[in-house]
Order: sequence, then C-alpha cells, then structure tokens
Amino acid sequence: MNAPLVKNMMLFAIVAVLIAYVGVTQGWNTALVIVNMGLISAIMALGVNLQWGFAGLFNVGIMGFVALGGLAAVLMGMPATPGAFEAGGWTILGALAFAVAVIGAVVLLRSRMAPGVLRKLVVVGMLVAGFFIYRALFDPGVAAVEEINPALTGYLGGLGINQGLWVALAWPVGGLFAAAAAWVIGKTALGLRSDYLAIATLGIAEIIISVLKNEDWLSRGVKNVVGLPRPTPFEIELQNDPAFVERAAGLGFTAVEASTLYVKLLYAGLFLIVLLVLLWMAQRALNSPWGRMMRAIRDNEVAAEAMGKDVTARHLQIFVLGSAICGIAGAMMTTLDGQLTPGTYQPLRFTFLVWVMVIVGGSGNNFGAVLGGFLIWFLWVQVEPMGLWLMELITSGMADGSPLKAHLIESAAHMRLFTMGLVLLLVLRFSPRGLIPER
Amino acid sequence: MDFLNAFIALSNFVIVPAVAYGSQLALGALGVTLIYGILRFSNFAHGDTMAFGAMVTVLMTWLFQAQGVSLGPLPTALLALPFGILGCMLLVLITDRAVYRFYRAQKAKPVIFVIVSLGVTFILNGIVRFIIGPDDQRFLDGERFIVSARTFREMTGLREGLAFKTTQGITIVTAVVVVALLFWFLNRTRTGKSMRAYSDNEDLALLSGINPERVVMVTWLIVAALATTAGVLYGLDKSFKPFTYFQLLLPIFASAIVGGLGNPLGAIAGGFVIAFSEVTVTYAWKKVVTYIVPEEMAPSGLLQLLSTDYKFAVSFLILLIVLLFKPTGLFKGKAV
Repeated sequence: MNAPLVKNMMLFAIVAVLIAYVGVTQGWNTALVIVNMGLISAIMALGVNLQWGFAGLFNVGIMGFVALGGLAAVLMGMPATPGAFEAGGWTILGALAFAVAVIGAVVLLRSRMAPGVLRKLVVVGMLVAGFFIYRALFDPGVAAVEEINPALTGYLGGLGINQGLWVALAWPVGGLFAAAAAWVIGKTALGLRSDYLAIATLGIAEIIISVLKNEDWLSRGVKNVVGLPRPTPFEIELQNDPAFVERAAGLGFTAVEASTLYVKLLYAGLFLIVLLVLLWMAQRALNSPWGRMMRAIRDNEVAAEAMGKDVTARHLQIFVLGSAICGIAGAMMTTLDGQLTPGTYQPLRFTFLVWVMVIVGGSGNNFGAVLGGFLIWFLWVQVEPMGLWLMELITSGMADGSPLKAHLIESAAHMRLFTMGLVLLLVLRFSPRGLIPER
Repeated sequence: MDFLNAFIALSNFVIVPAVAYGSQLALGALGVTLIYGILRFSNFAHGDTMAFGAMVTVLMTWLFQAQGVSLGPLPTALLALPFGILGCMLLVLITDRAVYRFYRAQKAKPVIFVIVSLGVTFILNGIVRFIIGPDDQRFLDGERFIVSARTFREMTGLREGLAFKTTQGITIVTAVVVVALLFWFLNRTRTGKSMRAYSDNEDLALLSGINPERVVMVTWLIVAALATTAGVLYGLDKSFKPFTYFQLLLPIFASAIVGGLGNPLGAIAGGFVIAFSEVTVTYAWKKVVTYIVPEEMAPSGLLQLLSTDYKFAVSFLILLIVLLFKPTGLFKGKAV
C-alpha cells in the first residue's frame, strides 16, 4: 500500500475513534447525532469543494442554498392546507407567473429594441407597472391564505408525500430549488471579478432567509413548520411494537434506548447512501476530461480560454451543480430535524463553517472534503464543552462569585467562533493544501 | 392638498433618517473602498472591525459614565470615540502583521485574501461576543432630540412634526468633518498622494520610491478610524448589537460597488443611493400621499412597496442591477 493512502485511512480512523470516544463517554445517542450531522456536513463540503476545489469559485451563500433545500422538504412533505388553494393559492401562483412573464417580456423587448432613451423608458415603465399590477394580484391571495387557521396552518402546504422512503424525494427537489437560485446568481455575477460572486452570494443568502422568515403563506415564516414527515418509523411506534421490544431486550437495551438508536442508525444509513453516491459521482467527475478541464480553467483561465473553453459557461455549470448538492444536504437536514425554522439559519454556522471544513479537509480533494466535514462538525459540537472546561480551569484560582469569573464562564460558548476562525487561519497559513491534499 | 405638511412628513420619515443612514453607510463603504484600492481585496471583516471599534467605545463610555464624566447634552460616546479608534487601530495593525502581511509577501490571489478575511471575521466575531456578549447594549446618553416633533409643531403650527434626533445631527456633522479630513489628506498631503499613486499604479509607485509597507500601514490606520466612527454612529443612532454589524456588510459592499470599488467619492455617493432606496422603498407612503391628493382620492392601503424586513433585498437588487449593466459602478471604479 502506498504511503498517502495509509495516511488518509489513518486520518479517517482518528475521526472515527474521536466519535467512538464520545460514544463511550457521553452516550451512543450523542455520538450518532454527531455522525448524522457529520454526514450532512460532508455532503455540503462536497458541494463547496466542487465549486472551490475544482473551479476556484468563491461562494459565501451556502446558507441560502441549504435553506432552499429545507423549503423543498416542507413543500414536498407537508399536506396541502384544506381550502387554501381555493381561497388564494391559485391567485398567488397566478401573480407569481405574471411577475415571471413581465420579467421575461422585459428581457425579450430589451434584446429586440434599439438602445436609447425610448428603450430605457419602456423597460422601466413596464417594470414599474408590472410591479404594481403584481402586488394588486398577489396581496389579496396572501391575505386569504394566511387567514385560514393561522395558529396551525395559514400557509399553502405542500404535496403531502409522506409515505416511507418517498419522503426522500424531497432531497433531489431541494437540489433543484438551490440550482435554480444559483443559476440566477451565476448568470449575473460570474464572469466579473471573483469578489463580486462572493458579495452577490452573500446577498442572496440573506434574502432567501428573509423571504423564508416573512412569506407566511409559503412556509409559515418564523412560526415554523413542525412535524415534517420522515422516512423512518417514529420511536413511539417501535416502543409499542412487542417484536421490537423483545429483540432490544435480547441485545440488552431498554425499549426507549433501542428505538432512538435504531431510528438514528436508519437515518445514518440513508445519509450514507446519498453521500456515497455523490462522492462516487464527484470522483468520476474529477477524473473525467470535464474535471481536468475545470482544473485547467481554475489554474489558468487565459490559457483555457485560448484552448477554446467557454470559461463563464463552465463556471456557471459547476456553480449550479455545487449549489444543488448544498440544497440536497439542506433538505436532508430539515427532514432529520423534522422542522423548518428560518430563524436558526446563521451565516457563521451554515456558510463559514462549511468553508472551514473544505479548507481544513483539503480543497480539490473529495475525500478531504468528507474528512473535513466530519472533523470540523465534531469540533464544532465538542469545542463548547471543552471551552467550558478550559474556562473553569483558568478561573479555578479566582474567588467564587467574582464577576470576572462569572463572565468568563458565561462567555465560554463564544469560544467556538474564535476556535473555528483560528483553525481556518492556521491551516491556510501553514498547510494551505489541507489534511488530504489534492493529487 | 397640503404640500407643506406632506413635505414635513416626508422629511421626518424619509429624508432625515436616510441622510443619517447614508452617512453611516458612506463611512463604512469608504473603509471598504480604501482597502480595495490599496490592498486590492474585498475585506469581509469590515463589519466586524466596525463592531470591535464600537465595542471599545462602548466600554470606554461606560467607564466615563461610571466616573461621572459627561459632555452635557452630547453623548459621552463622543468623548470615548478617540479611545475606540486607538483600540481599533491597534487591532488592525496586529491582524495585518499576523495575518495579511504573509499573503502580501507571497503575492497571493485576491480570493485568498477574501478567505483569510473571513477567518479574521470569525475571530473578531468571537472576540466581540466573548467580551461584550451577543446582546443589545445601550450607551447613548445626553439630550435625545435637537428638535422634537412636539416643539416643531408648536413652533410652526403645522399638523406634522419634524423630529431631529441628536444622534442624527451628530452623524451628519461627523460624517462631513471626517470626509473633509479624508479628502484633504488624500489630495494635499504627501502620504495621501503616495497612497493614491500606489492605488493607481503599484509598479510605478514602487519605482518612484514609495514604501509599500508604509502606505499599507497608513491605510489600515485610516480604515480603523473610519470603521470605528461608522460603527459608533450606527450604534448611537440604532443600537449596538454585534450581529447587526455583520449584516451591515451587504449594504456597505453594495454602496462601495454602486459607487465604483476603489473610488472614495463613489463610496459616498453609493452610500446615499443605497440608503435613500432602502428607506423610500420600505416606507409606507400613505401619509404623504394623503396630504398631496384631493381628499376623495386618499389611499386606503399603506402604499408600502416592500415590507421593512426586505431592506436587504433593496441593496441587493441595486447591486445586481449595477453588476449587470455597469460593473465598474457609477463613478469609474477599478477594472472588473
């Protein structure tokens, strides 16, 4: 066996041992929670690695794409609210279709008319008039939908796909949602300076979150959608199943323990399948002529352009693909949580943490991204107790009840941001190729 | 029809708040644009630099308040501002020495600088939250109003009041003074001229014996002063909360790009463009329109184009339009 392979397997083994150690000391339930989110983080890191590692695109809007995936889980899984479509749903959809038609007409007109003052006037006039007509159509529909039992529903609901594994259909749909948003952003910002893509993606992420927070008719806004369907059985069903209880007892578990572990293991299995499929696809892409072209573009755009490659179109392609993977991961996460809570999406958690994963793992290497996903997620979860422990150690000499001691212990929770930033900077400085470097 | 009252209502709810907000954005965008012009990268840590400077100022303000030192009708924060600027200068010099200088020596690509600045964002965010916590902090004292809505109504006998907050007055005056100082520095002093030369053509500047490290250091010092001032003014006018400064990044970048990255004059214009668009698009125009149109035509709705929650969407849309049609910005910025 060659040396790098041994080293990489060692790295994965170390992460496995770390998680197993948590399992022994803090309980296997906690360890499985880390594994499940680690799998999802690894998928997000794969998507970002596609954009950054393969193509050198800087996307800081991962949070937005993840949240769009979450929206897909709601729209696919939840049942349609009775009467909502009759009350105002069709009006809302009609208004949205009208808005799209207006924008399409403006784009078409703009390409047909000769440049000049007249064209500007027509374009602006159509957009302004279109906006007011759209609002006139849209607002009554929204009011009607949000009036329907606002405490429980007050939104359109979804397709109601909630039978077993069919629930997982929401995941690719989440990828499609994210891909659509990425296409719009990529179309405007790619081909300009690299910084502009960063700023545009930062913006779209904030806007997607504010749409999710405020459009109650779509996903109940900050009132959250809870009780999303799940592809696994519920713990309580298992506990009421005598056959399951008997088998659990045979293994030496109580019914409650066994059911929580069993459900988490099922999730882990499903997520692992998705991760392996995506990893296989990413590896195939990396080693194909397409992947070599991407790296050629990344390393020297001018030379690639001279060879007749359409750099902007290829960038758009890979940007959409990478964002779609983030959308898939977002949908999986929302399914795992069983709820969509727009208020909890924070850029530091969902965008920058994924960046740390990719860079620490090794940008340009798919296995590196997966390793980074697990390792950084593990640190993110475990730094807080470690920080608390460290603070208690530092303050152990201080008098009890001193305000400094209370403040230090109370602030230990903020250590994780600091740690992540430090890890990112140290890796960039001293080992910029990451733990598993690109070959 | 009552144009006078309509105008007063407009000033009260749109013009005065937008001018104050625009000044804050302009100061923030000036910092971003200077870094972009001299160090040639988009500094994502700018929002958190503002938060750090403002935090030092808040802490000093509390110290002064505890000691009983005050400026009478003016907020004590003004007295603490120089200390905040000093603290922030120290911070940016340390980060430059510890972080950015290495990549400058390597001539790393701009996008690497951007990622590095993200790491700095993380660390600053952690430090600020560690020291002062993630919550809202109050540090405003002194008179709340220069002219309150009630005094204005009594003075003029109009139906509408025009409130002018002390913080808004201070914001506008400070912004004018700071911008005047900055332009005097850039256009009249030797160091300022060497900065502009370095920004225009690095090689030529090096050839004529300009010391790049000195230019970079002076730039960071100026940026720290601008960022702290912007952060404190925003904190006084709205409130100090670490996370809001991170969110300010989007309108600040939008201002800098709309004006043309690397162009100081553009940053100021961009700040006001963004501020006025945000405020006018999210303002409910019912009151103003009711005064202007005849009584029977008075609107029944709020006449609000977008709900205030979408104010980020406004800066984003403007950003997209500029990127699509005029990527170098209104004033010629650096090359795309």
